Amino acid sequence: MKILVTVKQVPDTSGKVAVNPDGTLDRASMQTIINPDDLNAVEAALSLKDELGCKVIAFTMGPPPAEGMLRELMAMGVDEGVLVTAREFGGSDTYATSQILAAAIDTYGVEDDDIILAGRQAIDGDTAQVGPQMAEKLHLPQITYAGEITKEGNTLTVKRMLEDGFMMIKVQTPCMITCIKELNQPRYLSVGGAFEAWSKPLVTMTYETLKDHPLIDATTIGLKGSPTNILTSFTPPQKGAGMMLEGADKATTDKLAGILAAKHII
Amino acid sequence: MAFNSADIGAFKNVWVFCEQRQGVMMPTTFELISEGRKLADELGVELCGILLGDNVDGIAAELGNYGADKVYVYNSPLLKNYTTDAYTKVIVEAVEEIKPEVLVFGATNIGRDLAPRCAARLHTGLCADCTHLDIDMPNYKDFLREASTLPEERIEKLGTVKINGEDHPVDRDLKMTRPAFGGHLMASIICPRFRPAMATVRPGVMKKRECKKDVEILHPEFALTAEDIKTDVVAIEKAAKKLVDLIGADFIVSVGRGISKDVEKGIALAEELADVLGGVVGSSRACVDSGWISADHQVGQTGKTVHPKVYVALGISGAIQHKAGMQDSECIIAVNKNESAPMFEIADYGIVGDLFKVTPMLIESIKAAKEAK
Repeated sequence: MKILVTVKQVPDTSGKVAVNPDGTLDRASMQTIINPDDLNAVEAALSLKDELGCKVIAFTMGPPPAEGMLRELMAMGVDEGVLVTAREFGGSDTYATSQILAAAIDTYGVEDDDIILAGRQAIDGDTAQVGPQMAEKLHLPQITYAGEITKEGNTLTVKRMLEDGFMMIKVQTPCMITCIKELNQPRYLSVGGAFEAWSKPLVTMTYETLKDHPLIDATTIGLKGSPTNILTSFTPPQKGAGMMLEGADKATTDKLAGILAAKHII
Repeated sequence: MAFNSADIGAFKNVWVFCEQRQGVMMPTTFELISEGRKLADELGVELCGILLGDNVDGIAAELGNYGADKVYVYNSPLLKNYTTDAYTKVIVEAVEEIKPEVLVFGATNIGRDLAPRCAARLHTGLCADCTHLDIDMPNYKDFLREASTLPEERIEKLGTVKINGEDHPVDRDLKMTRPAFGGHLMASIICPRFRPAMATVRPGVMKKRECKKDVEILHPEFALTAEDIKTDVVAIEKAAKKLVDLIGADFIVSVGRGISKDVEKGIALAEELADVLGGVVGSSRACVDSGWISADHQVGQTGKTVHPKVYVALGISGAIQHKAGMQDSECIIAVNKNESAPMFEIADYGIVGDLFKVTPMLIESIKAAKEAK
């Protein structure tokens, strides 16, 4: 049994975000972080490892510096990293990305008692599409929005969160599950772990490695293989500032209530 | 003949996936039917709902009140509860057979599970969590003039995209606009080479509009067996406490990190103010992440998008992710100790002060103003 986790390095959109004059994101000026939901997927994998002693492998697609993120995950306890990287993969939308990641996972090998975990969504795109699309390409059952996962033999019971409650779903391995932040509290990397991280195996899969896989084809990967195109991107206008009321006492709140009443807002 | 998603000319009509849970239509379905009506009119085609469930003909008829021409209904005990496998199989086979050119889903936890699975099987494009849809180019350009900072020359020139070196006109393509990078950027996405063009649409963003039609209910044949379904739904539970209805609220009083000094009191004050206004309590992501308030209260990019009559932000600095979920409120009132809080940049009325002092006074003032009416 092993657990394959897909992770993504993303720009930290919670801080200042720089936008180029042409409306694209100035990625070079931004900090990168491990996508938050992916850390919950990694934690879920590592808890299962603590319990069952299985191997955990992290997969990421991205430019070569993403290796740093894989080493960080190894310091947390991940056993192996797979970096999927090639110029040919650049510009992929979610459809093309899922083709490539599915090909990488399939090339690595999925056995009957394996589990694939992913974060619900990445904070740069917020699409939540790559997990399900990857599961489809791998012909595996999927459960998204996992808030609890328990395992008994090859049966997983997952609490799948809905807006107004939840479902309890049973599924057999191999399967794909996407994780949300309510699932767990990701652990910190340990000092010993950081030391060991550099001696753990890291495999690089390039276009050469994957090009003969049936999912990899010029018409299904990269910018040219992406079914969606960006027509335009833009920044929304800032709403103009309104009225700053003077003071912060009863006279101020009376004035505000008066304005709201006069305008029939309340 | 094998299904070919690239044979664009073979596809016609706009479809809306009509999500029901326990036999009750999800409110976002009606929003999507209204939006779908607009798209179908712009394309000059029919608007069809696709509804899966067990004995759901009764709720199919409701869709005629919002502009649906037809509803394809698939009834089966195997479709009573949502499963990815069953719903994907039925929808994909219906699309392969009937070939709609546009297919939209609500971006609910179910829609966002189902739509990507269907798009991957159909080999077509999908745009997630859209907040605006257009077909007509002039309408789309008007939208950009209103909602973007793009210069007029750039908007005027739009009309084609380069695909593999060739200019492709986008007049009949679905333009799917959505926030990206936590709301810092907006992007309009198209799916020019494949059909159907697919989108999930954020609940609460599109407006429900009545539009009476003599809706035709159809029951196409379909094949589905228990063996097609690899997951087993053993229980469905509703949340124990009643969840807050942010999307339907006219008044929202939201709390942010500013309540950290006394969380309980901060939330109690927000509740009292919300009561006086006749509204509900919302929150920033920080309060949810800190465990101060449950996730159903969260407003923002990863929470709910709201446009109430009045949005009161108590101690919310105004991160762009939060603003993305509330900046279209009709009237924004911000109370914050920090005069440079970004929330003041979009507030209609701002008070620089301690929310623990200002809120009780505001409650009294609003009570008095209401009584004076």
